[in-house]
Amino acid sequence: MASEQPVPRNANACAHPSRRLFTISAAATAASWILTACGPKRLFEAPKDRLKSLISDLELRYRNEYGKDVHVSDAPAMPGVQFAYALDISRCIGCRRCVYACVEENNQSRDPQVHWIRVLSMEKGKGVDFSHADPYYHPAQVPEEGHFYIPVSCQHCQDPPCVKVCPTGATWAEKDGIVVVDYDWCIGCRYCMAACPYGARHFNWTAPVLPAAELNPNMHYLGNRPRAKGVVEKCTFCIQRSRAGRYPACVEICPVGARKFGNILDPASEIRYIIEHKRILVLKEELNTVPRFFYSYAT
Amino acid sequence: MTSALLSAMLLTAGGGGESTGKPPLPPAQAVPKPDELRLEVSPPPFSEGIYPCSNCHSGMPVNRKRRQLTDMHTDIVLQHDETHRWCLDCHDPNNRDVLHLASGEPVKFTESYRLCGQCHGEKYRDWRAGVHGRRTGNWNGAKGYLLCAHCHNPHQPHFRALAPKPAPRPPSRDISRSY
Repeated sequence: MASEQPVPRNANACAHPSRRLFTISAAATAASWILTACGPKRLFEAPKDRLKSLISDLELRYRNEYGKDVHVSDAPAMPGVQFAYALDISRCIGCRRCVYACVEENNQSRDPQVHWIRVLSMEKGKGVDFSHADPYYHPAQVPEEGHFYIPVSCQHCQDPPCVKVCPTGATWAEKDGIVVVDYDWCIGCRYCMAACPYGARHFNWTAPVLPAAELNPNMHYLGNRPRAKGVVEKCTFCIQRSRAGRYPACVEICPVGARKFGNILDPASEIRYIIEHKRILVLKEELNTVPRFFYSYAT
Repeated sequence: MTSALLSAMLLTAGGGGESTGKPPLPPAQAVPKPDELRLEVSPPPFSEGIYPCSNCHSGMPVNRKRRQLTDMHTDIVLQHDETHRWCLDCHDPNNRDVLHLASGEPVKFTESYRLCGQCHGEKYRDWRAGVHGRRTGNWNGAKGYLLCAHCHNPHQPHFRALAPKPAPRPPSRDISRSY
């Protein structure tokens, strides 16, 4: 910190122009640092009334842009709730219904394509092996003989590497475990994308193209509101749905019922039943990211 | 049931003697037997105009013989332990509008999961817990259940293959595109 450097006490030194410049700039740096530290870190942490006006401004902007009545929620984490997700690898048939349900629910860009879920096809003989995974498989029908499928999206780590590297604090883990991005605070440096071991974060290289007819008007400030060019986005466990008590869109669309979601603190929840009774694994466990996303072999 | 009664007795006995100001324990709840649990499920997926079955079957003599069906139900191909099973092992011969368990107890089509659960107990247990099969609705509230027959054709229960949705576009360096 420049402000912490000792300023010479010598009275003659103050007469020196460059010393004076140094003192002034040091004072200015200290003042700006103090001002920044005192203010809200992110817009989402702004006072409630400020946030309300901000959200109504956003709603107005989206209404003008898309010609549709939209609702932007700012629902906070529910107390006593820790979300977790389980996906049954033995059931997934790789149909990619979840990928497109997610795109429609979360207002991802249609062109260029942004998919929060990537379904990897793997060979049964090789096991879970990312170096031989194929996300571009396109047979006439799935499942293919000798293959199994692992859909990968944000693992909502409890020790998220993406959060550690973010220089602006634009991404963080909420109290209910959802790792979120504040799109207004993201500067698009993509450090988080480099840090994420699951390839779960996606960058808007150009302005996202989202037809107004396909806009989902049910939004959350930290979730599926339309993004701008130059920000990073990712799965939010459908925060606009899950904080309203509903299942994420991918859970409801899955034709084989491979996807399960719930509150891990609730002993009667489906997710607890799976963790207590089934064989489960997490991806890249050795990295100690402690994902909230579990894969199971339930059959 | 016995354990529930016992714990209830213990609770009442303990409650009388104690005056330490501890919060009272929640009352022991009567646990219903598994078969008494009734779940909210979607209506059965009948082919159009096929139900009630008694419309046609009420006057017909019962024929238990394994045979090639020629007049009706020709679309049904039985691939469900077919060497050991024929229509009236699951469908009730006396009332065609219901199914029946191995015990002979009639079961409505809306509760057909009880019939399936006789053999597939493990799946039945998981389905009750909400782990086998698709759920819709609320993770902390009302859930939509589906019957086994919504996803598994009872006559050919193996889950059928689907056409996958299109693959993602691979990253491209084509400068003629807008990005």
